Amino acid sequence: MGVVKHRLFWPIAALLTLVVVNTLSRPQFIKVTVRDGQLYGALIDILRNSAPLMLVALGMTIVIATRGIDLSVGAVMAVSGAVALTIIHDSGNPDNLGTVVSAVVVALLVALVLGSWNGMLIAVLGIQPIIATLVLMLAGRGVALLITEGFITTVNSGPFEYIATGYLLILPFAFLISLTAILLIGAFERRTALGMLTEAVGINPEASRLAGVRSRGIIFSVYVVSGLMAGIAGIIYSSNIRAADANAAGLFIELYAILAVVLGGTSLQGGKFSIAGTVIGVLIIQTLNSTILFLGVPSAQSPVFFALVVVLVVIVQSPRVRQLGRRPRGATGSDGTADKPAKAEVGA
Amino acid sequence: MSNHGASPPGSSIVEMRGITISFPGVLALDNVDFSLRSGEIHALMGENGAGKSTLIKALTGVYAIDSGEIAVAGRPVVFHTTADAQVAGISTVYQEVNLCPNLSVGENVMLGHEPHRGGRIDWKGVHEQAAEHLRSLGVQIDTRTMLSSHSLAIQQLVAISRAMVLESRVLILDEPTSSLDRGEVEQLFAVIRELRTAGVAILFVSHFLEQVYEISDRVTVLRNGQLVGEYLIEDLPRHDLVTKMIGRVLDDLEAISEASNREVDRSGVPVLKATEVGRRGVLEPADLEVFQGEVVGLAGLLGSGRTELARLLYGADRADTGSISINGEPVRIGTPRHAIEQRIVFSSEDRRGEGIVSDLTVAENIVLGIQARRGWRHKIRKAERDAVVAEYMEALDVRPANPDSVVGTLSGGNQQKVLLARWLATAPELLILDEPTRGIDVGAKADIQRKVAELSAAGLSVIFISSELEEVLRLAQRVVVMRDRREIGQLDSNRVGLNDLIEYIANTSDGSAA
Amino acid sequence: MTTTETTETTRSSPKQADDRFINRHASLMPTFAALGVLVVLLVAAQLYFGDFVSPGNMSALLLDNAYLMVIAVGMTFVILTAGIDLSVGSVMAFTGILLASLLGRGMPAAVAVPVILLAGAVIGLLIGILVQYFDVQPFIASLAGLFLARGLAFVVSLKSIRVDDPSVLWLQSTRFQVGDWYITPTGIIALLAVGIGAFVLQYTRFGRTVYAIGGNEQSARLMGLKVARTKVFVYLVSGSLAGLAGLILTAYSGAGYPRNGIGTELDAIAAVVIGGTLLSGGRGYVLGSMIGVLVYGTIKTVISFLGAEQAWMQIIVGGLLLLFILIQRFIVSRSERRE
Repeated sequence: MGVVKHRLFWPIAALLTLVVVNTLSRPQFIKVTVRDGQLYGALIDILRNSAPLMLVALGMTIVIATRGIDLSVGAVMAVSGAVALTIIHDSGNPDNLGTVVSAVVVALLVALVLGSWNGMLIAVLGIQPIIATLVLMLAGRGVALLITEGFITTVNSGPFEYIATGYLLILPFAFLISLTAILLIGAFERRTALGMLTEAVGINPEASRLAGVRSRGIIFSVYVVSGLMAGIAGIIYSSNIRAADANAAGLFIELYAILAVVLGGTSLQGGKFSIAGTVIGVLIIQTLNSTILFLGVPSAQSPVFFALVVVLVVIVQSPRVRQLGRRPRGATGSDGTADKPAKAEVGA
Repeated sequence: MSNHGASPPGSSIVEMRGITISFPGVLALDNVDFSLRSGEIHALMGENGAGKSTLIKALTGVYAIDSGEIAVAGRPVVFHTTADAQVAGISTVYQEVNLCPNLSVGENVMLGHEPHRGGRIDWKGVHEQAAEHLRSLGVQIDTRTMLSSHSLAIQQLVAISRAMVLESRVLILDEPTSSLDRGEVEQLFAVIRELRTAGVAILFVSHFLEQVYEISDRVTVLRNGQLVGEYLIEDLPRHDLVTKMIGRVLDDLEAISEASNREVDRSGVPVLKATEVGRRGVLEPADLEVFQGEVVGLAGLLGSGRTELARLLYGADRADTGSISINGEPVRIGTPRHAIEQRIVFSSEDRRGEGIVSDLTVAENIVLGIQARRGWRHKIRKAERDAVVAEYMEALDVRPANPDSVVGTLSGGNQQKVLLARWLATAPELLILDEPTRGIDVGAKADIQRKVAELSAAGLSVIFISSELEEVLRLAQRVVVMRDRREIGQLDSNRVGLNDLIEYIANTSDGSAA
Repeated sequence: MTTTETTETTRSSPKQADDRFINRHASLMPTFAALGVLVVLLVAAQLYFGDFVSPGNMSALLLDNAYLMVIAVGMTFVILTAGIDLSVGSVMAFTGILLASLLGRGMPAAVAVPVILLAGAVIGLLIGILVQYFDVQPFIASLAGLFLARGLAFVVSLKSIRVDDPSVLWLQSTRFQVGDWYITPTGIIALLAVGIGAFVLQYTRFGRTVYAIGGNEQSARLMGLKVARTKVFVYLVSGSLAGLAGLILTAYSGAGYPRNGIGTELDAIAAVVIGGTLLSGGRGYVLGSMIGVLVYGTIKTVISFLGAEQAWMQIIVGGLLLLFILIQRFIVSRSERRE
């Protein structure tokens, strides 16, 4: 019974179910082939295609842990792609590795600045995260459109394409990027005290401040990280389509990222979070996407399936379902007064 | 005031017999009887975990009972929801005053019962009726103002007024005086006495023994989920009441008092010396000195500036004026981190809002202070963490003795102990305690006071703030008295008694009494 | 019997009157600010362009944004309960294309219109049930609604569908003129929605329960109000109004289009916040949301007059939203400070 109660049980079970169902309907689903020292297969595609969402969701996880939210990630993706591609395009030298590297660096710096902007509004000025990041979400896409002057800038650049389509040591490069991010963030949060302090800040920012925790610093930095992750995701996305599409880049990605975080067991109320949970959540979403495409459903209609997934997950996680058979309502700690959690930033 | 009609004074209005309620692993109420009469003020006493709040929740429809019966005005009732209890004439006013702060006073009073005209709410009528109800309680305020613009004391009276709109026969007051000053308490008691005269039965739950004795007619004592007895208040001396509540005689408090009655060496450099520390609109510039091993008490009424001073000393708020020196060295304290670096720690009076981190475990809460000081890069090793946690859980007798239990599920007293453990674990030089014993049971209160006395005798300096003046006198060697955001003087508590202190607080140079 | 004197009466007179006004009308301050901004914008545009504030332009202002106004009314109800509804843009698209599709198959408008309103209501109801009975946070629950409606829109049709039904087109093509001012039935619908919404919030118990829930949900429950029912119902209202917006938009553009309304929920939230409703619930007015929509519409018009790229629209709305939040925080914190 301890296994069933474990936080990650349902997410892992859901993922495994999806994999099994897929394999039963198309056995080649789990087949992985090696060609020219590179791995191919449906599973590998999932790992590769999940990179942008994985990066954004990782950043979103720690933002949500501080009881915040970052709606601007899609817009930051668009800006990052726009910046990088414009630099490459205008350089006249798109195949030059140096050009590509500097374009990527500049784009990531811009993403860091945008993340810091959010961090400043929220940690320093005390603005509600949903509004602060909504501002950038609206304005950011406009900025991206201005950078690309309304067009979809395309480039033909070997080094740049490598990011999304290339391989390094048998695995897709994009996947390795997201794997590195997972390991780095996981290490930072759990091997240092950063994880617990972040959770404390999310659960009770004022108590944390009085306890000597650098609340402001932590809140600021999670938005910077989220911005950076979105920046990298934007690079991968534009590398994939070899273009900067300011309107389509990262469209709805914040919603899928939040969904992944919630699927993984982290609560939108903030506090305790799980990197592993988010990773599984992202894989669930990506696998589901792959399943839907395989079924021949037009991708535009796929949101219906995601709606069902969301509903299923939240119903299973719902306290009402968990408490089957407990009669007294509202029983809480022995002080007697029911502790209602403070309203979550996202408008709970 | 209108006669609330139903029962003649003195007759039984609520009868609870054989009430039993159990939760997984806990028998909260074990075959308890309880009765309430019209026109009386009845106090319900007991420690945390005694079952008081469970009994009230059974009476107000929050909990279903496993066995037993409840009868209201002679008729058996079963409450499925809180609305059922309200319909039966039972109303509750909680400590947090469950009203809507964003609505007007008048609307709060009449909400759900607004007069209608032509199919829509008649706002003129709402405010007229609300004003009338408030007037009958002696409260005269503009009912069109927002509730949140009024003090907590007024908000409570609005809540009581609402209960009267509903023609309640039973009014339950749950810890109504915790945040009120003396004047507001008097006003509240006057209102309660009027209601008693009008035949309402009032159930009064409070930790303030003085007030219970001042206002109640009868008292029911619960202990460990069982009924100890029901008594006329005049037949029960305080010592007996406390004994019945906790089952053992409290000699401890006497012992603490004796231990604190010692001389402090004030010849050296003070641990803390604050000069002209103040903040505009919050605190007039004040001076304070604390020597090693000394407990300095801050005494005064609500709003006198004690907490404000403590927060400025700790850097929780930033001071506009003044300077602070620690052990003779001038330091700048602008944030809590600065204070912690100087080994000053602060335990807030708002335990839940500013103290514990409720979803983290007991262990995590305890090491939070240490960890925050070390920074995020240097995580405390498991071995050290377990040792520290075990040491303090034992020293303060935290229950349940499980370091992995979530702090939010502990009782108030144990949460306070965890908070204290957090600070003690950082090995401070100066401990600032703001209302550490508020709202916790008698046993835990004694534990905490004993610990503070022990530690200060061993060399820890303490600034101790409490509204319970006996506590301040018991623990402190020196008492600094404050009123109206200003320091007005100091007393040597070894030589001064409770009445002297009250007298000192009450009588000012500008003539206005409390 | 002693009379209680509140803290206000112990201060001197002029300040007392100021504070009393603020204490009574604190919630209205942000809405006044929004009105101020609208006026400033219109005056500035008038000075810059010369004939901005003309009957023609002002009439168009209402009609071009009628769909958003209707959605904003529903969003106001939801946000007042401290909730949020992210599904409205997608529901609008779904009901719009569903209407076009049904009409295209020969269903009479008198049947099709109630059907799509019902569809909107059902999605809203589902969201409300998730929020109230399964304790799902409104963000997530309405996210599910967003996904569902958007997907269903594409299930109905992957491409746009033209509408030829005269009774629907009538809603947009007919103009009632008074001099140079004109209004179409869609505009009237929008104004009616605002008027009815404002009335319900101010004069019905349901409306007051909405405010109470936003103020303190637990208190509202303990006060005996029908909290559960009300919370579900606000989402139903929001969904139905989104359906109504679908009708308006389809009439306006003469076609249903499954890609409509992407981001509309955010525009609605921006308009509602600019109009003075607090995201934390309990304070705000439908009239304020209407002003917020007009502010939004004015900016859009100014940008197109300037011939600037539409990209600027998003940047400016974002910036304005930020400005408003800062103003709101300032005003609210002042009015709540007690000496």
